[in-house]
Amino acid sequence: MNLLKYVLVGILFGMVLTKTEAVSWYRIYEMFHFQSFHMYGIIGTAIATGLIGIQIIKRKKLKDLHGQPIEILDKEQGNVRYWVGGILFGLGWALVGACPGPLFILIGAGFYNVLWVLGGAVFGTFLYGVVKEKLPH
Amino acid sequence: MEFLSQTWHWSISGFLIGVVMLLLIYFGKTFGMSSNLRSLCSMTGVGKRVAFFDWDWKAQRWNLVVAFGAFIGGFIAVTYLHDNSNVSINPKTIQQMEAMGIDAPNGKLLPDALFQDPSPYMIFILILGGILIGFGSRYAGGCTSGHAISGLSNLQMPSLKAVMGFFIGGLVMAHFLLPLIFTA
Repeated sequence: MNLLKYVLVGILFGMVLTKTEAVSWYRIYEMFHFQSFHMYGIIGTAIATGLIGIQIIKRKKLKDLHGQPIEILDKEQGNVRYWVGGILFGLGWALVGACPGPLFILIGAGFYNVLWVLGGAVFGTFLYGVVKEKLPH
Repeated sequence: MEFLSQTWHWSISGFLIGVVMLLLIYFGKTFGMSSNLRSLCSMTGVGKRVAFFDWDWKAQRWNLVVAFGAFIGGFIAVTYLHDNSNVSINPKTIQQMEAMGIDAPNGKLLPDALFQDPSPYMIFILILGGILIGFGSRYAGGCTSGHAISGLSNLQMPSLKAVMGFFIGGLVMAHFLLPLIFTA
């Protein structure tokens, strides 16, 4: 089963984010008020783990599952899109306490009113697609 | 089972999130959840009218499968691994929220004030938050997973700008706008 491994990775992701409460509105509020180290610890450890892994991949020129050399693309250079897009995203993140991954997780966890947020997020993505060419990047 | 049902320590979770990202790289993919929102748009066939959604989203089906797995993971975690000690946040935070009329967690992941039988005003707030998340993440080219985790661990300057933007927006919302929104 080609897709099974993606289901399993997704299940791991969903369980970890739920059990460490990174999907919790409360934890996001607490983070933005600097009243706990918890969220900073999660994000920091994830970055440190990724950093070490990516360095090993690059230095040892490791191959992926299909035997292809692993290539990690650089992000496009730019300013406006990262600052403005980032700030808009941050406003939404702190308002509803969830980023895109947790939206899927929370709906699975039975919080059906998160569907309003997911619907909004799909609509927001659609709006971006419509006005993209008119925006500075 | 108790060690699984209590709140997972940040170091273990952070490590596992890093592993999730590295596994996807090993599969020849990248870790980024907000791309799924673009795929969901494209699935409606809107690509015929808006060029941004006219792309090979079927090649991104694997990512929708990850999101589906995350959905299952959330179900498993709350159904089989719940504990009333969960979400024990800073007592000071609880006091501060009570002043805005937001209920204390007591083991719940989400406040009833927003997510339990929301009023039309609160539904508007939830949709507005979603629009900001969807528009912002696509404009910035990624969200917490794509920029904060994938981008920063690959030392990408654009991701650092985006993540600083996330925090500027988040701080403004948490400190200045939330009190206005919830005491309105």
